[in-house]
Amino acid sequence: MNTRNAKVWAARIALAVLVIGGWQLFTTVGWVDKFFYAQPSGIWNRLWDYFENGTEFGSYPQQIETTMQEALYGFVLGTTIGIVMGVALGLNRFLAQVLDPFIKVVNAVPRIVLGAIFVVAFGVGITPKVLLAAVLVFFIVFFNAFQGAREVDRNVLNNAKVLGASRWDVIRHVTLPSAMTWIIASLHSAFGFAIVGAVVGEVLGAQHGLGLLIKSAQGNFDPDGVFANMFVIAALVLVVEFVIERLERRLLAWRPKTQAESVLV
Amino acid sequence: MAGTAIEIKDVSKRFLTPGGEVFTAIRDVTFTVEPGQFCAVVGPTGCGKSTTLSLVSGLDRPSEGTVAVGGRPVAGITDGVGFMFQADALLPWKTVLQNVALGLIFRRVPKKEALERARDWIRRVGLAGFEDRYPHQLSGGMRKRVAMAAAWITEPRVLLMDEPFGALDVQTKAIMSNELIQLWEASRPSVLFITHDLEEAIALADRVVVMTSSPGGVKQVFDIDIPRPRGSVQEIRFGSRFLELHHEIWATLREEVEQAYARTAGAAA
Repeated sequence: MNTRNAKVWAARIALAVLVIGGWQLFTTVGWVDKFFYAQPSGIWNRLWDYFENGTEFGSYPQQIETTMQEALYGFVLGTTIGIVMGVALGLNRFLAQVLDPFIKVVNAVPRIVLGAIFVVAFGVGITPKVLLAAVLVFFIVFFNAFQGAREVDRNVLNNAKVLGASRWDVIRHVTLPSAMTWIIASLHSAFGFAIVGAVVGEVLGAQHGLGLLIKSAQGNFDPDGVFANMFVIAALVLVVEFVIERLERRLLAWRPKTQAESVLV
Repeated sequence: MAGTAIEIKDVSKRFLTPGGEVFTAIRDVTFTVEPGQFCAVVGPTGCGKSTTLSLVSGLDRPSEGTVAVGGRPVAGITDGVGFMFQADALLPWKTVLQNVALGLIFRRVPKKEALERARDWIRRVGLAGFEDRYPHQLSGGMRKRVAMAAAWITEPRVLLMDEPFGALDVQTKAIMSNELIQLWEASRPSVLFITHDLEEAIALADRVVVMTSSPGGVKQVFDIDIPRPRGSVQEIRFGSRFLELHHEIWATLREEVEQAYARTAGAAA
């Protein structure tokens, strides 16, 4: 297994070297125009420059912090409302039926556009970005929580009832843990959407943040700057996903390992 | 604490099928389980045995007739009732200890005391050392022990069992049956035990109710006069009285089984 692991890693590194090296080579030789497609060394220098000399909107960590703050607030807000509403509608058939067409309509609206309204309504501070991120996150978590609350195993539910569970006991000990499998699965993609909401909100109008830097780099014909910020955002998302995965492992420790997991571990 | 009587009188239960037709699961079912009695219900597949149980537990309401437990008509979940399900019904996200303590937690017993008593019950069903396992980490027989402890911990006066050992292998089933009888003899709740295994029914029960195939109804009620304690279930079945009773009840049950089989075979063809 160890030699296999080593092989996998070797192949991964080789692939990364090939892609980044090829990019660097092609842009250096001139087959690909670095004015449009940037250059790995240029991106690296730009990143270095960001950290060393700051940006036109303040220090670089400050921009990262702003974007992360917006994304995290939006994530927490959207997740909380999504879980509460999803579980509530999952438990209440009547309410679910009444709200069904409205939810479908709202879900069909291209939600990114709401960002424009939020910016107009709440100005260029962090509020419109938090709201946009929250809206994007909400729908993903909501649909999963809704489905999860309805997919409770009937035997388990009846067993809890016969054991004397009150309505609240059922929600707390049966419905929520059961829906948690679905909810947590949705959190992976949800955080990605929170970042999208924050960055798009910043592009639409902001005073700080990575989205603003991307917009400004675009305006200055600086593809290196666009790519540099893009990679930083990707790295941030990966870090948060790692944390979510740890959380998932803790919260879902009760689940049998799937076959694929058992093979890999 | 002794058990209370279960009275089922003229009970019918109809369902609406997804196709919009009315399906009669059981019709005019009447029988009684005396306080502290072990009553087994046998019948062919799909004769409404499980429906009858869910009516007694209060999970479902009869379309007609009355179900009374301890002289009181059933409305909502019946108090003092324990239920062992056919399928796995443990909460998969709770450990063995938490699952067994659940009935006490729901009855607002202080957590510390509930866990203490749960530990005691886990020892009694022979699972000491497995308190912190999750259900999926246990074998089928062990999960049944957990379910048994979880059902008994609330000291129910009525115990409803829906083919609880149906999915177990023969040896495990015999062991579990013996343990069930030991527990039952210690506190004597009234038991309504559903099975399709006639031998199991006779070996365990004081009374055997034979049901007809769909719509389910009571065909005949037999009292099992094999004296208690009967010893291990593996050996009861060689006694002469056991064989007589088996012969007699099987003659009644057989027609129903054959009819039910003909019906399903006809539907399959």
